[in-house]
Amino acid sequence: MTVAAIKEYTGRARDAVENFHGNQLLFIGWEDHLMFCAPFAFPFPPTMRFGDIVEKVLPGAYGYHPDWARIDWSKVAWIKSGVPWVPSFKHSLAENGLGHKDAIRFRTPGLAGIGGACS
Amino acid sequence: MDMQVPKKKLSLKERYTLMTRDLAWDTSYQPKEKVYPYAGYEGIKIHDWDKWEDPFRLTMDAYWKYQSEKERKLYAIIDAYSQSNGHLGVTDARYLNAIKLFLTGVTPLEYMAHRGFAHVGRQFPGAGARVACMMQAIDEMRHAQTQIHSLSNYNKYYNGFHDFPHMYDRVWYLSVPKSFFEDAMTAGPFEFVVSIGFSFEYVLTNLLFVPFVSGAAYNGDMGTMTFGFSAQSDEARHMTLGLECIKFILEQDPANLPIVQRWIDKWTWRGVRLLSIVAAMMDYMLPKRVMSWKEAWEIYFEENGGALFKDLARYGIRMPDCAAQIAKEKDHLSHQVWATFYNYGAATDFHTWLPDAEEMDWLAQKYPDTFDKYYRPRFEFWREQADKGNRFYNKTLPMLCQTCQIPTVFTEPDDPTKICYRETTYKGDKYHFCSDHCQHIFENEPEKYVQAWLPVNQIYQGNCFDDGVDPGAPGFDPLAAVLEHCRMVHGRDNLDFEGSEDQRNFEEWRGMSKRNA
Amino acid sequence: MSKVFIALQTNDDTRPIIESILSDNPHAVANESPAMVKIDAEGRMTIRRASIEALIGRDFDLQELHTNLISLSGHIDESDDEFSLYWND
Repeated sequence: MTVAAIKEYTGRARDAVENFHGNQLLFIGWEDHLMFCAPFAFPFPPTMRFGDIVEKVLPGAYGYHPDWARIDWSKVAWIKSGVPWVPSFKHSLAENGLGHKDAIRFRTPGLAGIGGACS
Repeated sequence: MDMQVPKKKLSLKERYTLMTRDLAWDTSYQPKEKVYPYAGYEGIKIHDWDKWEDPFRLTMDAYWKYQSEKERKLYAIIDAYSQSNGHLGVTDARYLNAIKLFLTGVTPLEYMAHRGFAHVGRQFPGAGARVACMMQAIDEMRHAQTQIHSLSNYNKYYNGFHDFPHMYDRVWYLSVPKSFFEDAMTAGPFEFVVSIGFSFEYVLTNLLFVPFVSGAAYNGDMGTMTFGFSAQSDEARHMTLGLECIKFILEQDPANLPIVQRWIDKWTWRGVRLLSIVAAMMDYMLPKRVMSWKEAWEIYFEENGGALFKDLARYGIRMPDCAAQIAKEKDHLSHQVWATFYNYGAATDFHTWLPDAEEMDWLAQKYPDTFDKYYRPRFEFWREQADKGNRFYNKTLPMLCQTCQIPTVFTEPDDPTKICYRETTYKGDKYHFCSDHCQHIFENEPEKYVQAWLPVNQIYQGNCFDDGVDPGAPGFDPLAAVLEHCRMVHGRDNLDFEGSEDQRNFEEWRGMSKRNA
Repeated sequence: MSKVFIALQTNDDTRPIIESILSDNPHAVANESPAMVKIDAEGRMTIRRASIEALIGRDFDLQELHTNLISLSGHIDESDDEFSLYWND
């Protein structure tokens, strides 16, 4: 049973990718930096270069944090759907295998947030 | 001497039987299944509706009598409170932000409960259950009305009270209570009554109406105290209905047990997530505090709910499976939720602030294992930055849980330094959750939850701007357009309490109330 | 054994009710909070009409409790003379 109903019933997925005017959603979280209360949601075209997200979008979202400027991007560990994953900065989201509503996170070794409290 | 002959009076039990069940009738020209079309599809088997017992045995005539007394009392107090400018007697104007949250997040739920109980009061084949649901439907309407009347007094003086029904349908965090009740109302009649009557009313509403309303009294808010306790006096009856309903269903057929247990598991968790807002209200929004959220939780959930589940064990009911995670979260919940409101304080219809030094010491004392270690550094950093004119406003929209619709702010049950990520794929699309429990609820009825109206995703689809607004226009500011759509005035209704118009007005008016201007 | 409780508003109507509950249920404990009193009792608590009437000097209908009641827990057994809260365990 996929829903309790008096007759055959199918829901309409409200967040189908067609509803985003050519964009797809990407969720991005920065591990150990809970000052940003939750991972972020972004609408990006699938053709967007992954590196552009890190270089042009994320600074606006995370730049307030004193750790942001200290990130050594060569050491950053990425996680996709809970498992280690390596993105290619010069390729697009689609070429990186990122689909609609994928969730990725990055861990920045040596940086443990405000006062080392993962804030 | 005249002898006084006492009139022969019916006993309470006889009166109840005559005035409820005996007023019902059996259908003759239509089959019962057609008259009560929703009574069977959830799988609950009822063999004898006459076994239903209303423990309060309240008949309609007595109901009107006591409810009208409560109303007279309530409105006398509300009138006196507003005539004497009682609003200037509250601890400070900051306090009123908790009441704004109440009006936008709780009052509409009372109205939803009215609609829900009116609906199931029509759908149950048993007369006893129908009468009890009908009374509750009237009660819930009364709660919505008395809350709106009481709080309209604040709307004359303070910002943020001006358009709560409009906001309820649009403001991001209000999709949490809204979707909670829509989930219940679109379930069948038995699930509705287990969700709202039992899991919410019996297990959880005490946490809102008892310690929080006592806290309102402590902060001089006679309006909220009066409607709060007046509403809760009905809740006592509703809780009893919820408990009776569970016992009745379980006694009717052993096959009902697994269905009821699944609903209790689901709705306890849904309710706990909903009440996380109340956790923040109690620990962060009351200037004078009666008890911490954690203490209230221990009294009303652990002690009281524990007694309840122990009692229900003889029917085979066990404690909801989320209880273990809830026990771990009680030390974190209010801090994580208040930090979230502080993050998005530019998009709230109430003001936000940082706890001051004395408040942080109180939090550290009430939460000795967690506050100083995990949360104080965050608040102190924000304070430092705010003092330098660099107040933190998070301007990027968060990922939301598909089920509870709260931003995925909650941490792993066993690691408060890591956000809890959970996801599943259904019909080729990914769905994200704040917890195992929200994920299980989705997986049990995916066709229901794929339809969730998640505010963040709706904003990105372009559905949260006023008609005629062009998101493609040069210089388009999406946040400003969303606020406008919610009828919030930037700089007046949102941002910091410190420096707000509410704060200035209150100080000025309180000054005038103490001496001749 | 689990506790039952009843919470009442603090006012003139409830003062004799609270007094009678505490005297009829010696194991009950009253906890005061702003504007309310919560009475806890292990296992069972009984409110007796006659005890309240003796204190207030007039007839009392136990359903008058509804007016000043804030909350309660436990199963309920209500008759014309007594209102009881109890757990079965």
